[in-house]
Amino acid sequence: MDSGQLFNFTTIAYFTAMVLFFAYIATKNKTVAFIATLVSLAGFLIQTTALGLRWYESYQILGVDGRAPLTNLYESVVFFAWSILLIYLLMDWKYKQRTIGAFVLPIALFSMLWAQMSLHSSIDPLVPALQSNWLTYHVITCFLGYAGFAVAFGVSIMYLMKIGKEEKHQGDEPMGGILGMFPPTKVLDDMNYKAIMIGFPLLTLGIVTGAAWAYYAWGTYWSWDPKETWSLIVWFLYAAFLHARFTRGWVGRRAAWLSVIGFAATLFCYLGVNLVLSGLHSYGSA
Amino acid sequence: MAETKKSFIDRVWDFLCSLKLAIVLVLLLALTSIIGTVILQNGSPAAYIREYGQANYELFKKLQFIDMYHSTWFIGILALFSINLICCSIKNFPRVWRFVKQPTLIASPGIFNGSANRAEFSCKGSKQQVAEKISSVIAKEFAKTTLSEKDDKLYLFAQKGIYSRFGAYITHVSILIIMAGAVIGNFWGYKAYVNIVEGSSINQVSTRNGVPIDLGFTVRCDDFDVSYYPNSNRPKDYNSDLVILEDGKEVVHKRIEVNDPLTYKGIKFYQSSYGSAGNGFFKIKATEVATGKVFEVEAHQGKNVQLSNGYSFAVTNFTENDRNFGPAIQLHVNSPDGNHGAPFVVWQNHPTIDSKRGGAFSFALLGYDQPFFTGLQVAKDPGVNIVWAGCFLIVFGSLTAFFFSHKRIWVSLEDDGKKIKVKMAGNAHRNQPGFALAFDEIQQQVETTAKNSSPKKEG
Ligand code: HEM
Repeated sequence: MDSGQLFNFTTIAYFTAMVLFFAYIATKNKTVAFIATLVSLAGFLIQTTALGLRWYESYQILGVDGRAPLTNLYESVVFFAWSILLIYLLMDWKYKQRTIGAFVLPIALFSMLWAQMSLHSSIDPLVPALQSNWLTYHVITCFLGYAGFAVAFGVSIMYLMKIGKEEKHQGDEPMGGILGMFPPTKVLDDMNYKAIMIGFPLLTLGIVTGAAWAYYAWGTYWSWDPKETWSLIVWFLYAAFLHARFTRGWVGRRAAWLSVIGFAATLFCYLGVNLVLSGLHSYGSA
Repeated sequence: MAETKKSFIDRVWDFLCSLKLAIVLVLLLALTSIIGTVILQNGSPAAYIREYGQANYELFKKLQFIDMYHSTWFIGILALFSINLICCSIKNFPRVWRFVKQPTLIASPGIFNGSANRAEFSCKGSKQQVAEKISSVIAKEFAKTTLSEKDDKLYLFAQKGIYSRFGAYITHVSILIIMAGAVIGNFWGYKAYVNIVEGSSINQVSTRNGVPIDLGFTVRCDDFDVSYYPNSNRPKDYNSDLVILEDGKEVVHKRIEVNDPLTYKGIKFYQSSYGSAGNGFFKIKATEVATGKVFEVEAHQGKNVQLSNGYSFAVTNFTENDRNFGPAIQLHVNSPDGNHGAPFVVWQNHPTIDSKRGGAFSFALLGYDQPFFTGLQVAKDPGVNIVWAGCFLIVFGSLTAFFFSHKRIWVSLEDDGKKIKVKMAGNAHRNQPGFALAFDEIQQQVETTAKNSSPKKEG
């Protein structure tokens, strides 16, 4: 068994869980939701094992130059999926809102599919600049932050789908249909905020550890290269979100839109900068 | 007159304090920052003209897009942003300080009626006794209580997590600290580079603009090494042996590598690049066949090297690997009458083969030496520790702001002649649902304790 096979099982688990979450929304059968959650958890555990195994494999291939599996685009996309599941499962534990899975798991699934189908998965030795523990701390914190924003994004999409219908909805009886299965809009709004509250300090930490690494490697903690600048842009956007929320009452629809825009900027920071712009962080070209 | 003038100043003050301004500035910073990620920064004029044309280049220059993160307007936004932060903190701080200095020990009717979490019940006993019971429950389940008396009523107050009120302020102040550190670094620090050829030393470095800076000491590079991953030309490591000399004496010696710089007197030397310094030379052993006399010489490519009796030779070519036979040179021998001999090849790994060629001299290649220079990034940044302190605080502050909340519980006890009327209220400044659960639990315990104990006392 190698880590590649385990990643395949992970993808299958996420796919199955996603389908089950859809089935739950269609059938309203609580057992289906419970199984879907269990499958997500199983996928997450398999992926955790796979990450550990890949770490171990790097020592077998590279000897003493083995390293945490967080160093190229493939590994980062896989880790992104893992982070999303981690944050998602934590939120599920707290809120027990099973329909959220239908909107969050697809993001993790697409990440896994993309990584496995079109990214270069070999374990290559690192150039000297990447041989630093700061890299590990930097990647872990950034991606957990991104994952918080991804969950907030999924929840915001649900909010936006539901709120339009809810406002037109007449009468006292609860809304039927698929949207009736969604958590109340107030809960969705709150979850959006909570997920960003998790993501924001982590992104802050990610920027700080990135600065520390740059300082040890190149002697400047900040050089306005496109990746750094975009992470700051994302950080500014979510800071604006937080302030607009609690002081100018930007809750609900506007908060959901800000969260969607924030996640779009996050994705650009993560992928767009590598694929569209150029800079120091150019592992995306691999 | 005086009043309109004052109100103008007030208006400016309110504007500078306002959150609306903060949100606008933060979004403006986010938006404008994009420019510098799309347009090349600090490039040569030719690069801009090639990419965007002359007219656009002139426009970019006028708008300071060439170095936009240091442009007047961008620094201006940052300055306004920090003024905004300072004013906002000044304005709001007294309010937060009041929570600490003057906690609301005695709840007003408004608190009892308006709080999200509240309860009322009656029980028997004396005010003091009941208050003591309640107080001990709250102290055990929540926090130490303060007892006050007013208008013949008893009041209890308990609170937790008051420090979380400071989370936002710590976050804001740390942004200012980071900016201050950055400004200090910009004014009193520098970024420069220097190339040192192996074995030589320098005491000056130059900035990106070519301005020389005296270090005040000497740096010597004793050795430079680069190692590659097996079967590839990916560098695995490169490192330099650096020695710092003061007045000719060696004071520091360190082998630096990427991610592990040398620091001396606040100046850091980072391994950043390397390259070959001039031509390499070959160590060659030439044996005069007739006499067996051995010459060990160093030969640079393309240069004639004298042997004896008017003979000389020159290396004309070199390869690291000749058809899997390893390193090899091509050379020719010049006879005393000035004739070029035919070129021939000598392999380092096969030192005896050349003796079979049958010339006046036979050659063996002992080695090849390529001197390198090490490329160092040199930085002095007296503000960096301030920046790190700010970074630590910003993480600490935002975690405090988000994940802790200021929770308060008030109780009042009133003796209406027959019974003790107890009112309870509680609130949290964030995570209200979580607090609501905790409050319910506490409230229930308080109620059972207060009610259970009173009959015992009477009986
Ligand atoms: C990008 C920069 C900024 C960051 C990262 C930041 C961060 C924060 C954080 C983490 C909080 C607590 C959030 C919460 O309670 O949900 C907060 C609250 C606040 N911020 Fe900022 N902030 C920034 C800029 C500003 C600026 C420029 C102002 C100036 C007007 C401002 C005014 C406030 C106010 C008034 C509060 C509420 C304070 C309170 O709850 O007592 N912030 N900020």
